[in-house]
Amino acid sequence: MAAPSDARPAGAAAERGTPGPPPGHPARTAHGARTARTARPVQGRAAARSRRAPLLPALVFLIAVTQLPFVGTLVISFMRWNALAPDDRGFGGLDNYRAAFTDPDLRAALLTTVVLTAVVVLVSLALGLGLALLLDGPFRGRGLVRTMIITPFLVVPAAAALLWKHALYNASYGLLNGSLTWLWALFGSDAAPQPDWMSSVPLVAVEVSLIWQWTPFMTLILLAGLQSRSPDTVEAARVDGAGSRQVFRHLTFPHLRRYLELSALLGSIHVVQNFDAVFTLTSGGLGTANLPYTVYATFYQAHDYGRASAEGVIAVVCTMVIATFALRTVSSLFKEANA
Amino acid sequence: MRGLTAWCCGLIFFLPFAWMVLTSLHAEPDAATNPPAWGAPLTLDGYRAFFGAADGAAPWPPLLNSLTASTLSTALVLLLAVPAAYALSIRPVRKWTDVLFFFLSTKMLPAVAGLLPVYLIARNTGTLDTVWLLVVLYTSMNLPVAVWMMRSFLAEVPVEIIEAASIDGAALPTVLLRIVAPVAAPGIAATALISFIFSWNELLFARVLTGVVAGTAPVFLTGFVTSQGLFLAKVCAAAACVSLPVLVAGFAAQDKLVQGLSLGAVK
Repeated sequence: MAAPSDARPAGAAAERGTPGPPPGHPARTAHGARTARTARPVQGRAAARSRRAPLLPALVFLIAVTQLPFVGTLVISFMRWNALAPDDRGFGGLDNYRAAFTDPDLRAALLTTVVLTAVVVLVSLALGLGLALLLDGPFRGRGLVRTMIITPFLVVPAAAALLWKHALYNASYGLLNGSLTWLWALFGSDAAPQPDWMSSVPLVAVEVSLIWQWTPFMTLILLAGLQSRSPDTVEAARVDGAGSRQVFRHLTFPHLRRYLELSALLGSIHVVQNFDAVFTLTSGGLGTANLPYTVYATFYQAHDYGRASAEGVIAVVCTMVIATFALRTVSSLFKEANA
Repeated sequence: MRGLTAWCCGLIFFLPFAWMVLTSLHAEPDAATNPPAWGAPLTLDGYRAFFGAADGAAPWPPLLNSLTASTLSTALVLLLAVPAAYALSIRPVRKWTDVLFFFLSTKMLPAVAGLLPVYLIARNTGTLDTVWLLVVLYTSMNLPVAVWMMRSFLAEVPVEIIEAASIDGAALPTVLLRIVAPVAAPGIAATALISFIFSWNELLFARVLTGVVAGTAPVFLTGFVTSQGLFLAKVCAAAACVSLPVLVAGFAAQDKLVQGLSLGAVK
């Protein structure tokens, strides 16, 4: 794992011109030092073992349940193995990978995954930032508005997909077209446009439903970021005559940057793996099949175990790129908190 | 001005959910109309139809499966995560940050990456279509998040008390149960709720690895439309019922939700 540069938080602080560490910081440092000091020099191997013992069950469990199956997937990805032809099973070399990469469907799925993830993450990040900035200030009923905004994230994803598919997008009685009819009727027209959202813009339909679900996630993390900023600095800048725009550009945004990165990356990790929305809304049809859905379809419908495994490995490689960045961001925030 | 904008945004985000609840409370003919029948009389028929569904399509077994899988895996998660977090924060092992990041990296492994071997192992051990299989998988899915969350909660437990107890001869289980657990109780509760929510929401594993016996609520929900034909009020009632536990848990854990979602990186 790449170690993040330790200089970064300090540099960022210097850039912002923060007058020393925020309150509470020294206490945490002292605490950290104290925990380190409990490692008494007298302890031998037995003590180290007793220190490790509480960790082991979780570690062993996790390796057994997540890492070993992946090794299995890796092995099967090099095998010729289709459940519909059980006798023809053996080592296939790179055949599955070759087949996967020459398959136009998989290439389309890769592209869909990239587009879907990028659009959903960027749009919900932008909306989330706006909402977080709104929610950061005082107004009447703030708690209630916050609760309303969190709600989409708490609706079970499968239920949310059904809701969008049937109650909102449906061409003949969904809320979207229903509202159009209603609006047009207000102006005395009975010729309201009634587009079939799911078949005319299927990918956008999936994206909108996911943006609805993921914006609250971005809002929550960015709001936490905003509220961790020390109010004194903003106050000082205000006193020095800085306008809202200047405060945002020179104080809020630099402070928020790593929270923006964090929410974007954690969001990407989840959206890139999305299965529920694609499965429920379109069943992968109309060019909306992403990588996880394609793996599912190859495995569940085509029963081609070798090929599905190769696609699974490809999905892991794609996710690893995002995951590396995510881990680095988390670790830089983490280092700062523990410094 | 800020308040007004915020209220409008809040209402826009809330609208689809509100529409789902309103539709679920309409009679079928009023639910599927164009233009929408905003003011149609309310009825609980949708819910009655959902819970009264006969012929093996009753929602109770899937809801019970979800409840069992989520509760048991949450219990297992806590059982494994609390000691692990203790070893990573209160009396840290060497290289504890590396171990912590290893936990996180497993969370980032796509679920599809292990799906097939898990399926084959389950089939060969006869655990396919059992809740136990889901319990194990959901535990592994939530353990990394739980360890991360618990670590930041346990960091707030004063080390002096634990040292004093150790000197008095208290063994680890006693320390965890008598000292760590009571002090970190709110954190443990938040971790439990988030783990419960993620398990309850899961669809991919449940869809592939369960069937008629151990199918969970989300699986039931996705199959609901095809098996029943489309009755909008009933579908909305079903979606609302399945979401209810998560909504309650989520609203309860609102403040701690962020910490869980950001893997403890943001406090």
